[in-house]
Amino acid sequence: MASRLINLRPNRRVAIALATLPFILSILIYLVFSAARLAENPNDKVLPAPSSFVETFERYVLEPDVRTGDYLLWSDTLASLYRLGSGVAIATLVALVFGIGLGLVPVVGSVFSAFVTAVAMVPPLAVLPILFIALGLGETAKIALIAIGIGPVIMRDLALRVAEIPREQLIKAQSLGASTWQIVWRIVLPQVLPRLIDSVRLVMGQAWLFLIAAEAIAAQSGLGYRIFLMRRYLSMDVILPYVFWITLLAVASDLLLRLLRTWAFPWARGETKAP
Amino acid sequence: MSNVVVDNVWKEYETQVVLERISFETGEHAFVAIVGPSGCGKSTFLRLLMSEERASRGTITIDGEALPPEPTPERGIVFQRYSVFPHLTALQNVLVGLELRDGNFFGRLFGRRRRQARAAAAEMLDHVGLKDASSKYPAQLSGGMQQRLALAQALITKPKVLLLDEPFGALDPGTRKDIHALLLRLWRETQMTVLMVTHDLPEAFTLATRVIAFDRLRNRPEEKAAYGATITFDVDLEAERRWQTMVPQAPVAEAAP
Repeated sequence: MASRLINLRPNRRVAIALATLPFILSILIYLVFSAARLAENPNDKVLPAPSSFVETFERYVLEPDVRTGDYLLWSDTLASLYRLGSGVAIATLVALVFGIGLGLVPVVGSVFSAFVTAVAMVPPLAVLPILFIALGLGETAKIALIAIGIGPVIMRDLALRVAEIPREQLIKAQSLGASTWQIVWRIVLPQVLPRLIDSVRLVMGQAWLFLIAAEAIAAQSGLGYRIFLMRRYLSMDVILPYVFWITLLAVASDLLLRLLRTWAFPWARGETKAP
Repeated sequence: MSNVVVDNVWKEYETQVVLERISFETGEHAFVAIVGPSGCGKSTFLRLLMSEERASRGTITIDGEALPPEPTPERGIVFQRYSVFPHLTALQNVLVGLELRDGNFFGRLFGRRRRQARAAAAEMLDHVGLKDASSKYPAQLSGGMQQRLALAQALITKPKVLLLDEPFGALDPGTRKDIHALLLRLWRETQMTVLMVTHDLPEAFTLATRVIAFDRLRNRPEEKAAYGATITFDVDLEAERRWQTMVPQAPVAEAAP
């Protein structure tokens, strides 16, 4: 038995048990407080009982909505994922092109570096009203908010990563006769793609933030729209499952990106990964 | 056949003279080692030869032609680290030389040309003793294997001049000996001229046909910025060796270790 705390390493089974502990504990705390409040007032809406979650589930997942005929959780999820996916895809693509340009080509760096740094400092939510005015209240403004919110962050990260590629490699490629474009396609792009995935993983949280903010303000569907709609009725029995579902989607997308990285870039497996 | 002529080359930065009055001519198929203490500008000199930087004064020519302003395939290079591409397997690392030289906009070859290039790369890999490692990534190779790979990669495009920047500095002595033998073999098989920067004197004297030493002649603090390093010794080992074969040596009893 090690005497120092830093040398104490739990084995696999203990580690799994320890990892589930905080989850179980927070569920227990919720149940206790929920039961206490409901005992005092059976109509309490703040901490609903687990049974009301089941009812909500049936209502939102299995039955069509009376007014629209949609299965609400699914239509909300599809609407949100469409916006999120489009925003992240656009941001990633633009960031990739400009990030490589900024990091690799000095002329592009001279022209855009200061500009991108400045744009990245603009708080995206402050731009939201402008987007709504300029692009209307439809999907475009919401997608644009996500893209504007996370694009510059990924772009700057990628530019730094590209600049970190050892100068030896670029000299080497040139000594093998590579043109600038060939260096981009064969040397730089394949090496920054795993970094790009890390980068996207890190900004996904922000992307969700911008999505929900945009949906809260102006939307007819979407996970964020539903949460903020239900807030008016203090419908915690809907809000809590929705939050849980959003978390699940976020975790799943993170996992998918991580699997994609390991699968697609076997050479980069040893590298330090994003947390 | 490649003769590198360095004529009165200076390298100055704004406040600092790094190299001054560097002049020499390698001759064809030479193996020149450049030695000197750290900070004497030998790596800077190699960067001049690679066109990574430009000489402040003087000229460098290869076979009578001035150095182009950018790195070109006539000069191959192996660095101490980061010479090979981490995202390509050993075979791809060698193949990429041919793909970049002969390939399209995306640096790719197709069809028969690709098959030929692949075969050539595989042969080169076999030649440096890495046949069994062809599908491994550099991170899975030892330091010595990585440098073998770097040599294969640099030589696949058949450069006229091979530049080596402390290529074996990070290797342990046993590995180093093996790779020395490989390098000598590769040098003899080709017509290329090798210029190697090293701080390891025994290495320089074992491998090279000529050893050139750079050093600062004036080293007082107030003089340091105004005077750069220059050639202090220039030993033609080939001539020494010829001389030794001409003069019959008296057999000398091997000293007991």
